[in-house]
Amino acid sequence: MTADASHGVDTPPELVQLLTPEGERVEHPDYDIELTEEEVRSLYRDLVLVRRIDLEAVALQRQGELGLWASLLGQEAAQIGSGRALTDADMVFPTYREHGVAWCRDVDPVKLLGLFRGVSNGGWDPAEHNFHLYTIVIGSQTLHAVGYAMGLQRDGAEAATMVYFGDGATSQGDVNEAFIWASVTNAPVVFFCQNNQWAISEPLERQSRIPLYKRASGFGFPGVRVDGNDVLACLAVTRQALRNAREGQGPTLIEAFTYRMGAHTTSDDPSRYRLADELEAWKLKDPIERVKAYLFKNRLADQEFFEKVDAEADALGKDVRGRCLTLPDPPPEAIFQNVYAGPHALIDEEREQFLTYLAGFER
Amino acid sequence: MTTLTLAKAINEGLRRSMEDNAKVLVMGEDVGKLGGVFRVTDGLQKDFGEDRVIDTPLAESGIIGTAIGLALRGYRPVCEIQFDGFVFPAADQIITQLAKMPLRSLGKIKLPVVVRIPFGGGIGAVEHHSESPEAYFTHTAGLRVVACSNPADAYTMIQDAVRGDDPVIFFEPKRRYWDKAEVDLGAPGLPLDRAKIVRPGADLTLLAYGPMVKTCLEAAAAAEEEGRDLEVVDLRSLNPLDLEVLTDSVRRTGRCVVAHEAPVFSGFGAELAARLTERCFYHLEAPVLRVGGFSTPYPPSRLEDYYLPDLDRVLDAVDRSFAY
Ligand SMILES: Cc1ncc(C[n+]2csc(CCOP(=O)(O)OP(=O)(O)O)c2C)c(N)n1
Ligand SMILES: [Mg+2]
Repeated sequence: MTADASHGVDTPPELVQLLTPEGERVEHPDYDIELTEEEVRSLYRDLVLVRRIDLEAVALQRQGELGLWASLLGQEAAQIGSGRALTDADMVFPTYREHGVAWCRDVDPVKLLGLFRGVSNGGWDPAEHNFHLYTIVIGSQTLHAVGYAMGLQRDGAEAATMVYFGDGATSQGDVNEAFIWASVTNAPVVFFCQNNQWAISEPLERQSRIPLYKRASGFGFPGVRVDGNDVLACLAVTRQALRNAREGQGPTLIEAFTYRMGAHTTSDDPSRYRLADELEAWKLKDPIERVKAYLFKNRLADQEFFEKVDAEADALGKDVRGRCLTLPDPPPEAIFQNVYAGPHALIDEEREQFLTYLAGFER
Repeated sequence: MTTLTLAKAINEGLRRSMEDNAKVLVMGEDVGKLGGVFRVTDGLQKDFGEDRVIDTPLAESGIIGTAIGLALRGYRPVCEIQFDGFVFPAADQIITQLAKMPLRSLGKIKLPVVVRIPFGGGIGAVEHHSESPEAYFTHTAGLRVVACSNPADAYTMIQDAVRGDDPVIFFEPKRRYWDKAEVDLGAPGLPLDRAKIVRPGADLTLLAYGPMVKTCLEAAAAAEEEGRDLEVVDLRSLNPLDLEVLTDSVRRTGRCVVAHEAPVFSGFGAELAARLTERCFYHLEAPVLRVGGFSTPYPPSRLEDYYLPDLDRVLDAVDRSFAY
């Protein structure tokens, strides 16, 4: 019953890589990247800091401070590489796991934690960061991103939209419709699919018989597979795709080939459905270690730099934890707020009744 | 008698259904190896194989649409929608096809598809994981809509749902999945479309289904201490409605409070209130009152205890009924 994901493929999938797991810089004929030492160090810092935020969030969930957390562990390079390719004017539509991209958009991590703590269903102003709210319903946001891109196109804006989704999401009707809309409108949108190999307990073979990036050609736009654990390659490929989109060349599908190192969420138990061997193999491809090795080997950073970043991560973790613990619960009347743009007779009535009812307990 | 959680009772019911009829299939996201996110299908793939317990692609419209096709070939698919809030991508297939194809075929086609949906709040979840969408489906003719409230009923109701020839939307009270009770695995159980008086009483009828049945039983126990004798009726089936049992109860007690988690406005309680008022008008001492969610989206989990009708909110409605 299970299909081999390589069926229907003539040539083995090509993976754009600029930095090997061992930290060797390699060339790619179509993609290259010129970065200053400072820029590479800065990417390293991003990777370390977002991993730290993530670890802190998992710990907070374990301690009962968050209802749930969807860890990005293993996907840091895909998110930082693509996130750092954006300009301020570009617009992002994330899923629920894009904490690294949120970081690149200057969204306060505590706001992400607030959503998972249960104090809000969103928590930030999308327009302030050009970073839309997290979308939990799988695939929905891909259509919003295309619509937004259609708007950018009409307005003649020098900007593109980037939308994130997972391997599992590629099965949804909405995602396939988004591909079609983007294609026929030539919308300035980049589809950034993080193929982390799993949709909760379902491996990629349950969703696709061909490598995901190959889907794009059927819809009429280019698709590319990038090493999702290689921050340089993710940055280079995404930069190019965003540039193409801004220049009127339409959509691109990027498949960032990576791995979900943790559980699907803190509610999940992956030992029920996948082998530890797989995890061990992917550990060798760690997105952070390879940048560290590269920086070290090429004497682009010294021990002091790494220690400084670690200290910064410690301080950030502590800060995020502290502010998460003091996040106030919203007052009960918040239930009735923002349902409509203005007053609403029934909601106003229900709020008054409920507050009166609650006051009855205080007497 | 065996002690089972509600989740395990459904699992046993599914197992029995699959043993009885080789055409019964289980399909959905993560129902195979994982056994579903609530473990309701735990072990079924191991025992019945990947051909009968199918981990589907991540697409709800596809799950229901292909289930319809399988049913047209004589299969009996039991589909799992992972959470209430994720049934909407499948709404088109359910409403325009599943519900209406049998009629369109002048009765030639039967679609014995069961759509299992864990519903309701109270588990501290993020958005879309705590909703009560039953009224969307009771509003759609052609679907049977049921909600179990306890392990023993869950065990027989799921089997009846699978055995029947109509499509059934089968709601499971997710915050009660871990509640345990004695289940007689040999007993046939009450027919699927029948309501059950779960606590007889003389002074007022509490109507509930799914997760609110337990809340209403607790409210009735608390009211007893105040000298009020409340009857609690578990609807079990929302469509069709067992109006005989409901009418009889409300005529006897003269008062009725309906409780559900879904918003009161345009909620299923409105149908109950209207129908019972028509049928029991001269017996009523007070209007049929409703208690439920507010006319707002389900709030973030830190506020859900305010939103969910609890024992106090039910008793408050009971007080208001007696105040007439
Ligand atoms: C429409 C819908 N159906 C089901 C779910 C439940 N669900 C949450 S995450 C998930 C798997 C998603 O897999 P993928 O798209 O690969 O993203 P990942 O979680 O791996 O990042 C599922 C089935 C959902 N959120 N939305
Ligand atoms: Mg995935």
